[in-house]
Amino acid sequence: MAEHPPPRVTPLHDLHVRLGARMTTFAGYDMPVQYPGGIRSEHLHVRDRAGLFDVSHMGQVRISGPGGARELEALTPASLQELAPGQMRYGLFTTPAGGVLDDFMAVCRDDHLLLVVNAACVAQDVELVQAGLVSARAELLEDMALLALQGPAAEGVLAGMAPEAAGLRFMSAGEIELLGTPCLVSRSGYTGEDGFEISVPNERAVALAEALLEHPDVRPVGLGARDSLRLEAGLCLYGHDLSPSITPVEAALTWSIGKRRRAEGGFAGEQTILRQLADGAPRRRVGLRPLGRAPAREHSEIVGSDGRVIGEVTSGGFSPSLNAPVAMGYVDVNSSGEGTEVDIRVRGTPRPARVSRLPFVPARYKR
Amino acid sequence: MSGLRYTRDHEWVVVDGSTARVGISDYAQDQLGDIVFVEVTALGETVSQGDVVAVVESVKAASDIYTPVSGSVSRWNEALEAAPETVNEDAAGAGWIFEITLSDASELDGLMDQKEYMTFLSTIQGPSTGAMTRE
Repeated sequence: MAEHPPPRVTPLHDLHVRLGARMTTFAGYDMPVQYPGGIRSEHLHVRDRAGLFDVSHMGQVRISGPGGARELEALTPASLQELAPGQMRYGLFTTPAGGVLDDFMAVCRDDHLLLVVNAACVAQDVELVQAGLVSARAELLEDMALLALQGPAAEGVLAGMAPEAAGLRFMSAGEIELLGTPCLVSRSGYTGEDGFEISVPNERAVALAEALLEHPDVRPVGLGARDSLRLEAGLCLYGHDLSPSITPVEAALTWSIGKRRRAEGGFAGEQTILRQLADGAPRRRVGLRPLGRAPAREHSEIVGSDGRVIGEVTSGGFSPSLNAPVAMGYVDVNSSGEGTEVDIRVRGTPRPARVSRLPFVPARYKR
Repeated sequence: MSGLRYTRDHEWVVVDGSTARVGISDYAQDQLGDIVFVEVTALGETVSQGDVVAVVESVKAASDIYTPVSGSVSRWNEALEAAPETVNEDAAGAGWIFEITLSDASELDGLMDQKEYMTFLSTIQGPSTGAMTRE
């Protein structure tokens, strides 16, 4: 215990405590897991209305200087040079062997790129990017908080504060003044719902969060529901569904590999990744629906009809929307077809499950 | 002996003759959050005090339930199959989890009564009861 430094806090920490949050340490930060209503209720509220998440623990990295996008492309198979100001893209940092080091969102601004990366990977990613850049520079923005407003009511709530927010389409971003402060607002998120992510200066974050929470449709939502929402949406969680031993092709994230990059290569792991794009990968990420009520948690073994182990669950839990257990995992590609019947070993007992389409709950992005 | 007795793992037990009924405390259900699945894994087995006998799953995580007393697990609360949320709603009553035929009633003497458990709870810092939850 003693060797762990005390957890860091976000600018909203006192607000979380005031709202009665149950806090836990996540990626070195003291973060809210849930508020008094509980995870299920928060989850369903986001699907029905809107939830406000503090995601300030995530890393915001500014890449500035000419050639930033081109130089970054050595680290990722995403096409970044094509991005016009206001556009954003999901990408993966890859290893020389073709595994995934982290996933990120890249937002193109007039004179720089903003990368949003996982909290647990910030130090690694900054080092990776700084080492990879030649003329461009990488800078971790420690003076900015990050809020996410997610759910079908999000547009109405934010437009009430700044009408131009409604003009953003899914995966686009722009500077919008909120409560008199210029903020970078993007139409994106991690729930499968329409919504926004808002990069706001630390000293204005509490005022903005409080103003958003004043709206009757908005409730604060913690990391517990963030996890169950992203699982229903079929979105990967780094360190669970993505890791250095998993390739983008295995992860069924080939859509994040740019067309030009497939033709040109020139990124870490290109040999493995381009070969797998052509020939397929031996295993694949799939959705899983246990047929009973027992949730199948991470690390549960997936067993084929012949009793052979064919894979492992990487994220598993209970879907409040479906009122049933759901999971994601990796299986032998021969067993990855939708509807394939498998067993998942939970507490030693094989229990029937079916390979299922992802997402479990239809996405409702405003394209 | 009357009334509920508690373990430091937040199970309660109440005895009627040679049968003990076991559940989790109201504090434990609140810490776990929305309970979505309950399974008694040692039904019909002879178990020792402290053995894992059941699993309670919330949206977030699975938590082991340890038996407060030794004996044979004779029955579980089948109503929880369709309505696991009963544990949240009435942890010390209708949300009981299993029954066990006692093999050593003297084990009960080592458990906390209501007042002692409340004192014990007051020494616990908020959510840091990591012992309850396994990821």
